[in-house]
Amino acid sequence: MSVLLHRDTRVVVQGITGHQGSFHAQQMIAYGTRVVAGVSPSKAGTTHLSVPVYASVREAVERDGAEAAIVFVPAAMARDAAFEAVAAGVRLLVMIPEHLPVLDTMAIHTFCRLRGVTLVGPNTFGLITPGESKLGIMPSHIYRPGPVGIIARSGTLSYEIAASLSDAGLGQSSVVGMGGDPVVGQTFTDLLPLMEADPQTEAVVLVGEIGGSAEERAAELVRTMTKPVVAYLAGKSAPEGKRMGHAGAIIERGRGTLESKRAALEAAGARVCEMPWEISAAVRSALG
Amino acid sequence: MKLYEYLAKGVLREAGVPVPPGRVCQTPAEAAEAAAEIGPVAVKAQVLVGGRGKAGGIGFADTPEAARAEARRILGMDLKGYRVEKVYVEGKLATDRELYVSVTVDRVARELVVMASAHGGVEIEDVDEKFLVRRHVPILWNGEGYLLREVARGIGLEAPWAAQFQDILARLIGVFRQRDAELVEINPLVITGDEVIAADARLNIDDSAVDRHPELERVEEGTELERRVREIGLAYVELDGDIAVMANGAGMAMATLDAIAHFGGRPANFLDAGGGASVEPTAQALDVLVGMRPRVIFINIFGGITRCDDVARAILTVRETRGIPVPLVVRLVGTNEAEGVALLRAAGIEAYRDMAEAARRTVEESRKGRDR
Repeated sequence: MSVLLHRDTRVVVQGITGHQGSFHAQQMIAYGTRVVAGVSPSKAGTTHLSVPVYASVREAVERDGAEAAIVFVPAAMARDAAFEAVAAGVRLLVMIPEHLPVLDTMAIHTFCRLRGVTLVGPNTFGLITPGESKLGIMPSHIYRPGPVGIIARSGTLSYEIAASLSDAGLGQSSVVGMGGDPVVGQTFTDLLPLMEADPQTEAVVLVGEIGGSAEERAAELVRTMTKPVVAYLAGKSAPEGKRMGHAGAIIERGRGTLESKRAALEAAGARVCEMPWEISAAVRSALG
Repeated sequence: MKLYEYLAKGVLREAGVPVPPGRVCQTPAEAAEAAAEIGPVAVKAQVLVGGRGKAGGIGFADTPEAARAEARRILGMDLKGYRVEKVYVEGKLATDRELYVSVTVDRVARELVVMASAHGGVEIEDVDEKFLVRRHVPILWNGEGYLLREVARGIGLEAPWAAQFQDILARLIGVFRQRDAELVEINPLVITGDEVIAADARLNIDDSAVDRHPELERVEEGTELERRVREIGLAYVELDGDIAVMANGAGMAMATLDAIAHFGGRPANFLDAGGGASVEPTAQALDVLVGMRPRVIFINIFGGITRCDDVARAILTVRETRGIPVPLVVRLVGTNEAEGVALLRAAGIEAYRDMAEAARRTVEESRKGRDR
């Protein structure tokens, strides 16, 4: 079992003939993701990576039953691409691009909510169900199927942690990237209940960072969960008022500090690790 | 992108928000001229930090000569690390009451949120929650009056000010949406006689949306080095330590700083070389680090999309072209790790696998550097 993404999920790749889209579509297909079609208006009617390329997402939905879309178009075109996918009827939308204007993301999020579409991202590495399917840009080889769910705001840091878990013999059930932007679709709060309900998941790792209040909100749910939660929070040394790489990683007017997040999660019963390399031992001991 | 007060006021004025008459000045003579035109004025340092008043960055003048003197005092002043290059000379207001109003993004609700208070004029963090009114702006909101009335009533405004406040609030929400803002803040919004008028203004534009607003004047932020690195397209923040740090991905870069601090070291910077950086940008980033003349350089790479052999090539390129005159600690794991490690080993650099070990070693090297 897993959350959101399964081996049978039928995927359409928007921007499949672009540099990034093409590379990652190939990686996804190699991993076993069921990519059924691609979209690229200028290359419509051709075949790329052995899948049909269409002018619109609608064709991918109608002809090939695409139910999930992953977007690899430049930020300036991302809102259009997202609206197209939602209007065409996909149920899962993964937005890889970084630097989307926040107002665009808010509009995309609202449209998704109206149509019951699950939005992951933007500025995310995507999501992966190890051993089944991946919908994103993460390096496939670091994951193993297993009992640990991971929800992360950061890509490479979550790779570091997933790899250390795999090395320790702790595989993963589902790994989901929230995205590094201030406004994103799925957050810890949306994903924790899915992890709690997923029979394969036995423990959850949260990879948080400074900025916003997603971790504090997550703590409210952690309190009610039966499965152990282990967290690592990045940005202890970050100065106030500076954006640390991610648009959303900023302490603003005393809010979004690491201390606030750590205190909330610890009070809720989560184990908060000081350093990323402490995670696998903490998970191991939480699993008993 | 933060706009200077005078630019923010320009945008607000254009949107129909009442603001005092004012002129931006770069010399005391210009300030005197502006005061002669306007009358009694406030002379305000134009810097991108709050708390100017307390720091002596605002003066008042009833005559052109006094305005000249105030401008002379303020221009060139150092305000919290920023040199004052411009002052805004603006009509002085007789203040009866000071209100607060802002529009910003609620990251949790994923909607705009209006905040208002009858207790303006102080930093909003210092205002007690019970004096703050918060109302979300639904994405479908198109000027409906209920929102404006609720906020005005919430802060206890009556006629004749309530109607003006509501009109101003509607325009502020409009400015937020039209200009892709991330913050519109009027503090204080002043009541003077029967009028409501914006005495100060902050307008921050969403960095991701600046490109679609050619009409807005560009404001450069950060230190010279920060600007230069951002030009290359990398995320960079200057810190005050002596260990130069590069990692790939924002979260990894933050965790790397935390690891340095964990072992008692002091990072000199935050540098995210990108989640999928190739040889060229990585070499450029390393070049910047070398130029900082740190005691030691720490490169922490978890190769996912980034390939370890590319990182190794970047390191060797920089070493061959400009030289790396300080100790270098490299931690390299992930995609194409064996190739990367072999390339470095052939050049006499031993890469670490373990992040903790590498961070500890880096801090040790920085201490040695201090003793040298």
